Amino acid sequence: MLLIPCPYCGPRPEIEFAYAGEANIARPADPAALTDDEWAAFLYQRSNPRGLHAERWRHAHGCGRFFNARRDTVSDLFQDSWKPGEPAP
Amino acid sequence: MNRAFRTVSGGRIDRTAPVKFRFDGAEYTGLAGDTLASALLAHGVHLVGRSFKYHRPRGFLAAGSEEPNALVRVGSGESRSTPNLRATQVEIFDGLVAVSQNRFPSLVFDIGEINDLLSPALAAGFYYKTFMWPAWGWQKLYEPLIRRAAGLGRAPTAADADCYAQRYIHCDVLVIGAGPAGLAAALAAARVGARVVLCDEQAELGGALLSAADATADAWRTETLAGLTQHANLTLLPRTTAFGIFAQNFVALAERVTDHIAMPDAGLPRERLWQVRARQIVLATGAIERPVLFANNDRPGIMLAGAALTYLHRYGVRIGKRVAIAAETDAAYGVALDLARAGITIAAIADPRPAANGPCATAARAAGLPIRTDTRVEAAHGRLRVRAVTLAGGSTERIECDSVLMSGGFTPSVHLFSQARGTLRYEAALGAYVPDSDTETVQSAGACRGILAHDACITDGQQAGARAGARAGFGDDIARSVTLPAEICSIASPAKPRGRAFIDFQNDVTTKDLRLAVREGFVAIEHVKRYTTTGMATDQGKTSNINALGLVAGERGTDMASVGLTTFRMPYTPVTFGTLAGAARGNLFDPARKTPIHAWAEQRAVFEDVGLWKRARYFPVPGETMAQAVARECRAVRATAGIFDASTLGKIEVAGPDAAIFLERMYVNGFRKLAAGRARYGLLLREDGFVLDDGVIGRFAPDRFHVTTTTGGAPRVLAMMEDYLQTEWPDLRVWLTSTTEEWGVIAVQGPRARDIIAPLVQGIDLSAHALPHMAVAEGSILGVKLRLFRVSFTGELGFELNVPADYAAAVWDAIWQAGSTQGLVPYGTETMHVLRAEKGYIIVGQETDGTATPNDVGLGWAINATKGDFVGKRSLARDAMADPHRKQLVGLLTDDPAMVLEEGAQIVAAISGPLSRQSLGHVTSAYFSATLGRSIALAMVSGGRARTGTSLFVPVADRAFKVQVTSPVFFDPDGARLNG
Repeated sequence: MLLIPCPYCGPRPEIEFAYAGEANIARPADPAALTDDEWAAFLYQRSNPRGLHAERWRHAHGCGRFFNARRDTVSDLFQDSWKPGEPAP
Repeated sequence: MNRAFRTVSGGRIDRTAPVKFRFDGAEYTGLAGDTLASALLAHGVHLVGRSFKYHRPRGFLAAGSEEPNALVRVGSGESRSTPNLRATQVEIFDGLVAVSQNRFPSLVFDIGEINDLLSPALAAGFYYKTFMWPAWGWQKLYEPLIRRAAGLGRAPTAADADCYAQRYIHCDVLVIGAGPAGLAAALAAARVGARVVLCDEQAELGGALLSAADATADAWRTETLAGLTQHANLTLLPRTTAFGIFAQNFVALAERVTDHIAMPDAGLPRERLWQVRARQIVLATGAIERPVLFANNDRPGIMLAGAALTYLHRYGVRIGKRVAIAAETDAAYGVALDLARAGITIAAIADPRPAANGPCATAARAAGLPIRTDTRVEAAHGRLRVRAVTLAGGSTERIECDSVLMSGGFTPSVHLFSQARGTLRYEAALGAYVPDSDTETVQSAGACRGILAHDACITDGQQAGARAGARAGFGDDIARSVTLPAEICSIASPAKPRGRAFIDFQNDVTTKDLRLAVREGFVAIEHVKRYTTTGMATDQGKTSNINALGLVAGERGTDMASVGLTTFRMPYTPVTFGTLAGAARGNLFDPARKTPIHAWAEQRAVFEDVGLWKRARYFPVPGETMAQAVARECRAVRATAGIFDASTLGKIEVAGPDAAIFLERMYVNGFRKLAAGRARYGLLLREDGFVLDDGVIGRFAPDRFHVTTTTGGAPRVLAMMEDYLQTEWPDLRVWLTSTTEEWGVIAVQGPRARDIIAPLVQGIDLSAHALPHMAVAEGSILGVKLRLFRVSFTGELGFELNVPADYAAAVWDAIWQAGSTQGLVPYGTETMHVLRAEKGYIIVGQETDGTATPNDVGLGWAINATKGDFVGKRSLARDAMADPHRKQLVGLLTDDPAMVLEEGAQIVAAISGPLSRQSLGHVTSAYFSATLGRSIALAMVSGGRARTGTSLFVPVADRAFKVQVTSPVFFDPDGARLNG
């Protein structure tokens, strides 16, 4: 079970969290202005790297808040986490 | 029975405390401190089991958890017995009952032993090669027979009467294994202030020290244990097996709490699962001795040399009177010396190496023990007990004996290190794999990294413990200085025994099987493993893996290192389901959610499970079938009134100055212009434009909405709302609260609904003018706060009364009393489904499947075209979303009005020809409508609305039903009844 650092509550076991996909994919301010391809990229295209991956988690069975974290997809180790709106460390 | 094999003194058993137990019906007496194995050996009992495949007689191979043969069923009665326990780990107590397994009718005479004669037909992969005909034979005939003949113990037939506990614990340093290295590591880490957990699978801490007749070692052990108990920051867990290491130093331990106690305290769990999160781990898991390969090396009386030492020094038991030894290590000579001192005759020591000059061998030679170098044990003789061995060297020689000891080298237990993603390397001096280097958080110490001498283990453990403490933030780091000795023992070239020598004792895999696999072209060791099943038994190949690798390397003519190693998987030793399940059994396995009306409905209804909810499905009167009950309920709702428990609806309170803006962005509908006191049907899409959820949303104040969701969708919808609110629009001043459990919801539907509730409701004008369809109001009922929705999921005049859940049962009772004179009937989910289908109302998840747009299901009208963006809007603008061939919601009427279609049935345009093979869609809902006196169905059909009036076909197994495509609204299409 992973140990996930909630920036609000501290390190907690994985069962308290819900994964919420890749981080830093903002919903376009005006979706109507996008081409179909651009909208499809927003909906579906994700980086899926080997190594550090910035992703969103929600401390669903804790504080309930979404936050960002960087996890190494090879070792599953979390490098850091931060609150939404804060710059990545 | 006599106990001729017990020594007169020594050992760690309590000679003043006899313990009576039964094995296979016979009574035996052991001593406190005995295992089942040592107590039976004290009586000279070696034969304790039959092997997995060939039903060969088997005795004890080992003295610890690596035991592959001596598996027994322990406990009396089905509800308190456990199969497949290793007799070497079962501690005896007064009244213990154990029986042997996999034999019929008895251990001494087992019919299954015929398999041993048939062994040429049962070689590796035999089930792939034989039993091929007839085609049905495998499933019906061969497999059941093979499964009956092969196997271990049987599962108990009664539910487990014991309880099991689970605990979480965090620590700075977890030390696994309490031998010399582990004890030293734990003490070193505790001394610098780290929180330490020390666990060991044995009852007594000390590991290999417990098997040594060495006063100095015992003194050190006693002193160290005393030192450990002085540290409040240290948790000692004996009888606790670390069976798996997971990501980020998460370790699972299984503690056996009461299995060794005759009359355990009823408050104690039988076993306890510890889930440990450790900053640092020190593995001190020891090493396991390897068997030597010679024909019939599995006969009772043949065991590992170290095991004989353990039985002698720890339990005061001589394993036999006349012992032959197959020695490939110097340690074997030490065992021979100790056994000789205890009065056991050493018949011969056969060592295949040209010379044996280790310190123990030298001492053994000086003591005059009969050593034969350059000599192998070629075969063992005897069936239920070994009687003699044939030695082959310069000349062939038969040696009479009643026991044979094997010492084929030591295999470090790297299971847990490997699970922790540590890398291994082959160590030629040891003839086995060792950890290549420590990881940042996992160190190995002592025998599990190839350090075998006790004093070196202690030093190694101290250093590992201190380093672990330092890395966890306590004390100063120190260097690890203990290195592997250059030469431990000279492993002879891979043995090529004549006849069948057993490699994997538990799965009955022999040297012949492995040679066959290599001959048939299995090169990769993982393939050899799967083909022969070597190492795949419940013992995880503890005693067999290295011998299998050596044999494969020899057959392939390569070295061990290039053969590689199979993957180590958890659990290290088998873990009971009870330990893993913990309290999650019976009622706690899958919690049931019950509504406030449950107790009332329980007296009258048949229930169905909807997610975790228990929902009343229909309310039969005596003698009614389900169809009759549903028809009666449907007619009553349309004619008079019905009462329905809708408490399971998901409910979310959306409050704040920006609540309307927020809902407009989430839902397809407009909410800013919705007046307080009004409700709207809300449709929620995913960002890809497909329907996710729906429900009625009532506005009770400019800044307060009562959102309802589908029964199963509430958590999903709330999570999605939180996501957008927290991460996309954090500027909106909106707060979301799940209120599903706060409100009990009572639906009263039907032409008499208003008359029934009017006398009870206070503070709300129920007239059609003041409270029209889709209006909401706050008031009270029986003095209880009421949120009243005038809504209908039936097509009738209807109300949904939301009252605080604690009062819902009382309000329900009052309405029930009031309505009983007016024809009010309770109805369940089945009637609700029929009534809504008559009206063409969809159920999300039944008509929709995650690929339906609002327009597909006829809900395009709900979209507010004039408002701004909302979730999913951009996706609806894609060309494909407007494709006229998309599946659309339609009604279907069968030509035969009595025929109810099957939900999920496919729909085609013709009975024969190409069109008969092209699915146009499927039936999503189908019922018999009592109101219409005929069957109805809803379906998603390609270009469905344009097909209205045409005929299609629904093929089933052997025929096809002709159906007319209609509007999905079968009843009261103008909605006159709604507005009554």
